[in-house]
Parts: sequence; structure tokens; C-alpha cells
Amino acid sequence: MSGRGPAYALGGVYGAAAVLTLYALGDTLWYGVTEPGIALAFGVLITLGELSRWGVRTGPCALPAEREPAPLGAAGALAYALLGQIAGQPTTHGVLQVVAVVVAAALAGAVPHIAAGHGPALDHVVRRVLTVAFAAVCFQPLYNSGLWGERVGHGPYHALFLALLLVLTALCDAVLAAAMARARTGYPYGPLLRDELRALLGIGSAVCATGAVMALGVAVAGLWALPVFCVPLLLTQLSFRRYAAVRTTYRQTITSLARATEIAGYTPQGHARRVALLSRAVGRELGLSEPDLTVLEYAALMHDIGQLSLLDPVQGGATASLPPAEQRRIALLGGAVVRQTGVPAEVAVVVERQADPYREQPLSARIVRAVNAYDDLSGESGGGLGGPLSALEQLRLGTGHDYQPEVVESLARVLARGGLTPSPPG
Amino acid sequence: MRALSVAGRAYILCALIAAVCCALPALRPGAGTPWRAAALLAALYTACEVLGRRPFLVSAVRVGSGSFFPVLLAAVLLLPPSAAALVAVPGALAGHVERRPRAVRRVWRAAQLALAAWCAAHVRALLDGGAALGGGAAAPDFPYVLLPAGAAVLAFCLVLTALDGGILATAERLPARTAWRGLLLRSVAPHCVQGLAGLMTAVLWRSPYGPLAALFVLLPMYISCWVFAQYHRERAAHQATIRALVQAVDIKDKYTRGHSERVGRASVMIAREIGMEEDRVEVLRFAGILHDVGKLGVPTRLLRKDGPLTPEERRVIELHPEYGHEMVRGIGFLGEARAAILHHHERLDGSGYPYGLAGGQIPEFARVVAVADAFDAMTSTRSYRRARPVGTALRELDRCAGTQFDPRMVRALARALTRQGWHPRVTSDEQADPRGNVPPPRGGDEPPAPARGGEAGSPLAAARPNDPGRPG
Repeated sequence: MSGRGPAYALGGVYGAAAVLTLYALGDTLWYGVTEPGIALAFGVLITLGELSRWGVRTGPCALPAEREPAPLGAAGALAYALLGQIAGQPTTHGVLQVVAVVVAAALAGAVPHIAAGHGPALDHVVRRVLTVAFAAVCFQPLYNSGLWGERVGHGPYHALFLALLLVLTALCDAVLAAAMARARTGYPYGPLLRDELRALLGIGSAVCATGAVMALGVAVAGLWALPVFCVPLLLTQLSFRRYAAVRTTYRQTITSLARATEIAGYTPQGHARRVALLSRAVGRELGLSEPDLTVLEYAALMHDIGQLSLLDPVQGGATASLPPAEQRRIALLGGAVVRQTGVPAEVAVVVERQADPYREQPLSARIVRAVNAYDDLSGESGGGLGGPLSALEQLRLGTGHDYQPEVVESLARVLARGGLTPSPPG
Repeated sequence: MRALSVAGRAYILCALIAAVCCALPALRPGAGTPWRAAALLAALYTACEVLGRRPFLVSAVRVGSGSFFPVLLAAVLLLPPSAAALVAVPGALAGHVERRPRAVRRVWRAAQLALAAWCAAHVRALLDGGAALGGGAAAPDFPYVLLPAGAAVLAFCLVLTALDGGILATAERLPARTAWRGLLLRSVAPHCVQGLAGLMTAVLWRSPYGPLAALFVLLPMYISCWVFAQYHRERAAHQATIRALVQAVDIKDKYTRGHSERVGRASVMIAREIGMEEDRVEVLRFAGILHDVGKLGVPTRLLRKDGPLTPEERRVIELHPEYGHEMVRGIGFLGEARAAILHHHERLDGSGYPYGLAGGQIPEFARVVAVADAFDAMTSTRSYRRARPVGTALRELDRCAGTQFDPRMVRALARALTRQGWHPRVTSDEQADPRGNVPPPRGGDEPPAPARGGEAGSPLAAARPNDPGRPG
């Protein structure tokens, strides 16, 4: 299904970035750096931004905020690309020097991360290079040739056009990021792009605004503006970090709650976790958005929680082989427990309706139902004859009433691709 | 909401009169107030406050009010004092107020902000901050401009805290020292960050790029406030989930309803008494609340069994600390609490379970939770016996101190109890929901069971404190 297109696209992106980088570095080294002081100041800023990068987590479970792991570095790079004046004097650096400085600074900032064994996060650097090159190509030639001054001037319209340019750059970055994610994970392009665009509203817009403010601030006040103007963005980064930390803790707690049924012997070891991962993958395949995927994941983790209220464990925890009325009753009990947790009400609805016929279910509940049945039937204890193939076959037989055919086919595709993508930590 | 005290009313009235006196000169003809800038800034501040009242975009998260001091501080740097005072008024009147009486609070807030802005603008004018901002062709005078800006922010912050302390002292009748203590320290750092943003706004406002460029500064600030609000929402959800874990235990083992919360409370009392640091106390509270979470892994039939347990059944129930530890292993923030959950049934003489640790081998948290657990088990009513008075329970704990309990923790609990008393009340009163294949409760027709498993070592219950056969 995924074909080779995305892989070629990734190769193309990497190739373009590599060629651009080599050309820019070569040109800059050959002709020398113009205005080395400014280049150094921005280089240091970008390096510091990269150093403060958060734990690299670019998997499918990354928060929208984590799409931009080094906001300060990104803002600094954009500001350098859009810098036209410094304290009222025009600057003369060109596109190639911008690219060279950004690459050098990004690589310098990556050294400690590599030393700590985190890996270089090359995707991130490639995206940064191409995005900054785009902004610089749109701005610097126009500005340096004086055309910008004639048409736009250096007044309020300058700020307005800068904002427009940044919006374009952000869109370009989102398209690029979605294409790279598609190549890495094989998920459909549309939902990935939608998630990237949604992330723009959060940290993305803060980064763009700070980039513009820094460029304008330096133009007015000189390099003094750099340290002063990065404070609000640092604050934003800090709040995103705290938010991410509490999200992680929350996920851990929900996972623990989900593990209760396994420890009690109601469900097989690792069942909730497997169902959650596989549900997420199937949800991706079906094009669910990031918030929907979170609801799906929580619901999948807690889908068996209702069994805690049972006096005796169901044989092997395989609810899929119970009579429908019994399944539905357990589902309702689970919903009652889930409603007491702090998760959104949608999660409880999914848990409650997981045993209904698929035509009466919301899509998330259909996914949880099919994936749960698959995990029950494919395990040794599930009462099925074992093996993923026979489990899928049984699901296909049930598509008339119990399981939605599209969901089962997505599940089959996910399994055929090798099943699960790397699991989220925690 | 109780009525406002006379002193409180008088205080607010004084502030109001002072604020009006500050703002009035701007309205005099010939005052030279830059009306365009003032109106724009006032509209901006109002817009920010009103936006803060509404859910941001799609998610229903409020942005806390008072997050938009950058606009006010920019006004302080840009405008004459009386005009800066005026800018604060419409936004403060329109902003979101959490508690009643809303009208009074709004008026108070407007007066307070106007006064603070007026004072800060005077400080700025004294240090000649207006010219240092530059404007037109002149570049701002960095780094000198940081001095008037910093002084103005400090003045703003000082006036706000002084007025806040005053209202706490008069209206809420707090002693003046407690009212002021910590207020200033807590507010300086956030005000400085907001002050930097205000300075940037002011610099860009004066620059050829104009007010539009200044708006860009506010976006990151706004987003960080929004994320912060989301952080609070998520944290509340997390706490609800922890409660749900506890309630899940309560559903299974309904004899011990409220036990977990009370053990958490008693653990905190002990910890404060022995002078534990505050962040460890918080973790310890979770240890107390979650100590029995492993009972989720014990079959409900065993937990509810009336009548003596067979050795086999007792062994199963004694697995609950290990089950609990296994469950919470993945929750990073619990830290030391995980060890407490695993070891809260160890005894000082090494006869406890699961590992038979003795003395100092038992983690400190576990020793605290063990005492709290036993105390609450003895002082609450069980199906098979009545609750015992606090004094009797303490004597019993004291008798077993050294063999079963850490004497230091027992003494700490006794001291805390004489000082604060013990107010056991069930905080989570929940409905009895219809449960799966759970048998109907077999009420009082059963003979009281002498030994029921899985609960803290209530030595009195069997009058044989070190009976190894008694689980729990």
C-alpha cells in the first residue's frame, strides 16, 4: 500500500538538503563570511537553542508541541533569514551564508546530544535547513537588491509582509514534516498534514512570531535585542515542557490502572498495552487526528477495566468469546469506572460501547472492538486455534455484524507492515 | 460569601479614590495625553482579558486572567502616568473574576492596576525611560533602557503586592505579617519576564514598524499562558485518575471504604512531625493513598470472604504488596512511594512480608505507612468488630513499637494526634454501583469473622499482635 514513493521522497528531501548545505558551506568558505559579528551572534543563539532541545521523540506518539523540539533554535534561524537591518543599518548577508550559519550552528548544537547517545536527529536538521532556506530565498534577494525597500518600505508594511512570509514558511515546513513522517511511518498523508497544521497553532505560531520579533528587534535595537527577545519564547518552551511532563505521568498512571486487570489475572500479560498500540496504529491508518488518537489509546488501555468488578476471572480474559449480553454488561461496568477517572468523557463512551454491533458504535469503539478480538483470538489462551492468520480470518467472518470490514482490513494492512511501530516510552 | 468587613470596604474605597485622582489629570484639557496610543493599548488590554475569559480556539481551556501585564507594562513605558493608569481600567473591569462578589472584585482590580501603573510610570519618567526607548529615527538606548524598564517593573510589582497584602489584611482579616509574607518573592520573577515582554512591545511600538510589530510579542506570551492552563487541567485529570485507582480498590473491598485516603492523611501527619521535606511529604501522601492498590489483583471473592481464611487464601492475599508494586512500577513520579507500597507489611523484627526485611532495611516511607495503616485499621469500624477509640489504638501501637512498628513513627503519630486530633471522615462517598457477578452482600446474619485478610496489622483484633498467621 505504501509503495516506494514516500521512500523516494525522503531520499529527495535529504539529497536536496545535502546539496544545498555543501554548496552553501563551500561558497561561504570560499568568499568568506560577511559581517562575521552578526553571524556569530545568531550562530551562538541557534546553538544554544539546539542545546536546550528536549528529549528527541519523533515517533507517532509525539505531542504536537514536540514537533518542534528546539523552538529557540528555530526562531533564531528564522530571524537570521529575515534580517534586513541592524540598528538601522542595512545588512548584506545572502541566502547561502544564512544556510551555512544555520547548518554549522545546528550541527554544533547536536554534538552534546550525540555524545549523550541520543542520535543526531538528522530529520530535524534537514527540515530546519530547507525551511530556513525557503524563508531566506523569499526575503534576502528582494531585500538586498533594494526591491523590497521600494515596494514594501521599512514601515508597518514591512512587519505585515514579514508575517505573511512566515506563514508561508510555516506551511512549507508542515508539508515537509508530513512528507517525512509519511516516509518514516507509512501512515496516510492527509491526517499527518492535518496534525502538523494543528501543531502550527501552538508552538509553531510562537516560534514564527518570535522569529519576526527578533528580526525586527535587531533591526531597531541591534544585537542587544537577541537575549531580551528570546525570553517569552523560553517561557513558552518551559510551559510546554511542564505540560509534556504531566502528560507523561498521566499516561503512566492510566497504563498502571490498565495493568490492574492483568495482575488480577483477568486478562493475559501485556494485553492492554498491545491493544492500545495496535489500536493507535489502526487509527492512524484510518486517518484519525491526534486528539482522537489519544482518546482511542486511553480507551484501548482501559477497555477491560470493567472485569475488575467481576467476582471470577473470565477464562483467559478473552471477552471476545463470551455471549454478547455478558460482553455488553462488562463494557458498561468498565465505562462506570472510566467515568471516575479524569479522562475525557469520550473515552468512557468508547469503553461502554465496545461490545455493541459495529453499526451502532463510534469509530474508535469499532477499532477497539476489532483489535481486542484480534488480540484475544491470536494469543494462545484466547480460545482460538492460535496464529494471527486464523484470528484475522475469524474477524473477517464476523464483519457482517460485529466488526466493521474497513477496520478489519486496516488491521490486516497494519499487521502486514510488521504490526507495531516503536512503542512510546512510559 | 460572607459580607465584606467595614475595614475592607474602607480600604477599597480609599484605593478607588486614589486611583481616580491618579487618572483624572489625563482627562484635563491641555494635558497632552496621546489619546491614539492610549486608546489602542486600552483596547488591546481589554481584548486580551476578554479573550482570556473565553475558551481559546477549540479546547475549552481558560487562560488565567492577569496574564497580560505585558500590555500594561508597555503602556507604563510609553505613556504619561495618568494615561497609563487609564489604560488599565477597561480591561480590569471586563476581565474574568473567579469568585464572588464579582463587581467589587472587578472595581478593586481596576483601582489596584491603575495605581500600580501610575506609580511605575512615574518611576520610569524619573529615570528618563521615555527618551531611552527611541522612536522615529532614533534607536533605543540599549542597554541603558533596561534600567528604567526594570525599575518601573519593580515598582509595579511592589505596589501590586503591597495593595494585595493590604486587602488580605483588611478584608480577609489575615494578620498583616502572614498577608505579606512570600507575596513579593513569589511575584518578582513572573513580573520580570512580563516586564521584558512589555519592554519589547514598547520598543517595537515606537519603532518605524509600529504597533502591528508589537503585537507579535504578545503571541508567545499568550500561548504560554494557554499551555499553562492546559497543564493545570491535565494535572487535575491525573489526580482524578489516582482517585479512580483508589476507588477501584474500594469497590472491591468495600469494608475498607475511605481507608486509603485516611492512611494518606495519617502518613502526612507523621511525616510533618518528623520534619520531612515538603516534596517528599507529597510523595508520601501518594504512598499512603495507594498502599493497598495491589488488592486490585486479589480476587474479589477472597477480599469479601467472611469467615476464616485457609492458609492458601492467606498466601494469595499476602501477595497484594507485590501486586501493587508491579502496578505502579511504571509511574515515574511516585519514586520512593513505590518501595513503601511494596514493603508496608514488613515488621521491624523481620517477621513481616513480602521479603521479611528487618529494622533499618525497611524503607522509611514503608515504616510511616505501616503505622498509619495499622492506626486507621484499628480506629475504623469493620464488619467483624467495632472501631476502637484513638487512645486505645495508640496504646496498642506503642505496645508493638520496636517489634512491629518503628517507635519513632509511633511517637510522631502520637504527638501529631495530641496537637491536631483525628477527624476521620470518608472523603469519597460514592454510590454502590451494580456489579457484575458479585454476590449480594450477606448482611449481619453471618457470624463476625475473627480474621479477615489483607488489612493493616490491627494487633488488637486478634489480641495476638505477632501472630504470623494473620495476614496484614
